[in-house]
Amino acid sequence: MMDAAPRASSFETPRSLILRSPPKAGVSKDEGTGLLRMRRLFPVPLILRSAAKPRVSKDEGKGRTIFSVFIVLLAVFFSVAPVRAASFEEALALFANDSYSDTDKAVSDIAASGHPQAQAIIEALADGRLLVHAESKAVFIKDKDDKLLAAATGEAAADAPSGLNPVRVNNRVRRAIQAALGSLTLLAPDPGRRFAAAAAVFRSRDTGALEAVEQALAKEVDPKVKRVMEEARAAILVMKPDAPEADRIAAMDTLVARGDQESIALLRSLPQNVPPAVHDAAVNAVAKIERNLVAWDMGQNVVYGLSLGSVLLLAAIGLAITFGVLGVINMAHGEMVMIGAYVTFVVQEWIRVNNPGLFDWSLAIAIPLSFIVAGAVGVAIERGIIRFLYGRPLETLLATWGLSLILQQAVRTMFGPTNREVGAPSWMAGSFEVGQLSITYNRLYIFVFALAVFASLLFVLRFTRFGLEMRAVTQNRPMAASMGIRTSRVDALTFGLGSGIAGMAGVALSQIDNVSPNLGQGYIIDSFLVVVFGGVGNLFGTLVGALSLGIANKFLEPYAGAVLGKIILLVLIILFIQKRPRGLFALKGRAVEA
Amino acid sequence: MKRPFILGMLDGRAGIFLAVVLGVAVLVPILNLAVPPTSPFHVPDHQLPLWGKYLCYALLALSIDLIWGYAGILSLGHGAFFALGGYVMGMYLMRQIGTRGVYAHPVLPDFMVFLNWPELPVYWYGFNWFAYALLMIFLVPGALAFVFGWFAFRSRVTGVYFSIISQAMVFALMLAFFRNNFGFGGNNGLTDFKDILGFNVQAPTTRAVLFASSALALAVGFLICQWLVKSKFGKVLISIRDAESRARFLGYRVENYKLLAFVISACLAAVAGALYVPQVGIINPSEFAPANSIEYVIWVAVGGRGTLVGAALGGVVVNFAKTHFTTGALAPYWLFALGGLFIFVTLFMPKGIVGTLSDFFAWARHPKRESSNGAEPVGQRQAAE
Repeated sequence: MMDAAPRASSFETPRSLILRSPPKAGVSKDEGTGLLRMRRLFPVPLILRSAAKPRVSKDEGKGRTIFSVFIVLLAVFFSVAPVRAASFEEALALFANDSYSDTDKAVSDIAASGHPQAQAIIEALADGRLLVHAESKAVFIKDKDDKLLAAATGEAAADAPSGLNPVRVNNRVRRAIQAALGSLTLLAPDPGRRFAAAAAVFRSRDTGALEAVEQALAKEVDPKVKRVMEEARAAILVMKPDAPEADRIAAMDTLVARGDQESIALLRSLPQNVPPAVHDAAVNAVAKIERNLVAWDMGQNVVYGLSLGSVLLLAAIGLAITFGVLGVINMAHGEMVMIGAYVTFVVQEWIRVNNPGLFDWSLAIAIPLSFIVAGAVGVAIERGIIRFLYGRPLETLLATWGLSLILQQAVRTMFGPTNREVGAPSWMAGSFEVGQLSITYNRLYIFVFALAVFASLLFVLRFTRFGLEMRAVTQNRPMAASMGIRTSRVDALTFGLGSGIAGMAGVALSQIDNVSPNLGQGYIIDSFLVVVFGGVGNLFGTLVGALSLGIANKFLEPYAGAVLGKIILLVLIILFIQKRPRGLFALKGRAVEA
Repeated sequence: MKRPFILGMLDGRAGIFLAVVLGVAVLVPILNLAVPPTSPFHVPDHQLPLWGKYLCYALLALSIDLIWGYAGILSLGHGAFFALGGYVMGMYLMRQIGTRGVYAHPVLPDFMVFLNWPELPVYWYGFNWFAYALLMIFLVPGALAFVFGWFAFRSRVTGVYFSIISQAMVFALMLAFFRNNFGFGGNNGLTDFKDILGFNVQAPTTRAVLFASSALALAVGFLICQWLVKSKFGKVLISIRDAESRARFLGYRVENYKLLAFVISACLAAVAGALYVPQVGIINPSEFAPANSIEYVIWVAVGGRGTLVGAALGGVVVNFAKTHFTTGALAPYWLFALGGLFIFVTLFMPKGIVGTLSDFFAWARHPKRESSNGAEPVGQRQAAE
């Protein structure tokens, strides 16, 4: 711990040499052009940079180390060290003055001192654990076990006087604390903390942190953290009134590369009195970022739309079988989805009680189980009700609606009317980012799952005997029967297949929706519209219909709001069906009318 | 000329039904107002709006039967017309509140004051006049039905496809009416009504009049439907129901017939909604819920699709059962009962109560002869679906 201070300052010196040097590692395209521009503008610092570069790399030679130590000593001797050595003690004493501006100054001085106790002191101040004794001006830290430590040394204070008061803070001091902690943790060993610290500096764009950032930047090896640090440095440079104009303009390129709303906010917050060149560059940069953002926004909408579309696809795909292939309007389809979700719930409950270690596998277990349970219910429905109603679609609709009421009420009686908790396995939590797109893992997996279900359904239809029989029965029932296919058995199994797929959809939906008896109802109208929109009896129509409706929905939402967007979409679909009553991909030929 | 025709179309069943409805329209208010509460013949006050509600439902069921039972159009969005009629009436009643609202604003209804609306939206103009509201009860749902039906029937959207898009329509309307800035009270809808035509809506006499009007509306609606289905127009409708392509090939403009029936049906449903609202005292977007619209259809199925009397009866019977089911200890089982009813009726009683009974009587009279009643659709379904 004690050698932390010299080490910190050892990187001070190279930093002073490479001051204003453009970013090096993880150079993106824009940063690259920035570098070139920089090189044209500032040949000298770049030469210095190349001289200093080996020093910051990890495997430096011994001679260079000695050289750097020498430089450090020089620097410490001439400029920083004497001032700092004095200022830490002085700064500490400032706390006792009980004045906000003194506290503010103390915070920045202590942070600048690089003293090993600096972080502990400032953290204590932030938590209200920094105590002062008014007369002796002694400063103490109360640690987490309520033990008093001397602030200057970090050792236990043996003779703590009574009458200690916590140092008070106001918003200004809090900001100073944030900035100070940001620059202090920039050197933390944990890359996550360094990242957070750099991000904090980016937000605070505290000009005082510039040195610390550059110092940390020189040492940074993690490309991700390095990028944030570069952005933080750029943010500070842009805002720094006394920075050279060219530097400020060059720093904007880094912000353009970052290209998010925060960068825009930062550039917009530039004061009016900046030099005209800087101002123009900022306006240009904002325009560039905004152009990029529009593109990213479109991309994000597509991602959201695909995600919604995959949910619709999952909900509609089983319906495409029962409605499209079998011609049965199954209003209880949504309840098959609900049953699948409740199967997931039961599986997770069982795992919680019997074998908590299996929790990450709960969905993998629930998928086949829900297929079997919902499929079995589907076969029972077909055998019990629907087979008496073939050729009477409107009556089927009513009977299955009645069935859906019964199933909902049955689930409500068994599991209660409230939402049940279905957890997400650890591998489905979190999200990742591609450029400005943020994609959550559960949405991604649901998308993949929907496509997998779709593909395997196509496979079953195309390459299995059951699929062959199913297609035969669909195309020409009497002929299929006379070829020896047991059509009624095929009907039952087809309905079971459609219901089973709905059950699997329920597993996926349990991850993003409330598992309640009404779960299925929310999807039934949408799924019917998807199937009708895509074209009944055409699985690819369902795929295209689901994804395009999902994307259309998400593109309408920003302009019209969620509800109005949905209304517009419904109206559009209603109009579309008027235009093409048989959907996007209509089956043609005589079989259609039969 | 007119008189013999009316008598002619009132064959046994219809005549009895009409007599009962008109009798109820006269008797029940008298029994409520004139008979002292101690008498066993007294109709309690709370029963009046309840049965008034049933009569409105009967009219609604009648309107659905006209298109489903006779033209083969299964609309799963008929709640839209019912609710729109209700909203029109609600708007009139809201304007009658005047300064008696919570915020005592002379023009704006409470919810608009609450939402800081500066002035009355244009589409609320005129609703302080009853005649205008009355006109709108027919015009608004009629216009919607015309536009929707015109698009749907011209592009030959039939059968299940029509059902699904009509459901989408009512769903879209529900979402729209739930929005506060749509200007119809959002989530809470329209309520706290005070006066209708200057009479207090809560007063017993007003309620009696509303009840009698509901019964009268049912009777008139029944007469209109009966006249329609017995006329040549009705015969064409039935032929469209049973073989749409054939009717078209015979030279009938199928879409025009369907459209006219659909618009008339929508207007009947709207009248039912308009009478329903003052008796129930509230109209809110949940009336647009797609589930409700499906429930209306089952009333018709239970009573007897394709028999006007049956449809009206179904509306009353199912709702009577619902009231008694959902208020007692059996409340949790109502959905089981309703769902079971859907399945039972479609599987075992496809002609509904009235159709099954009339088949039974026909069989009892002439056990050998096949029952044949031109109005019953079941079993005559053609490949056109």
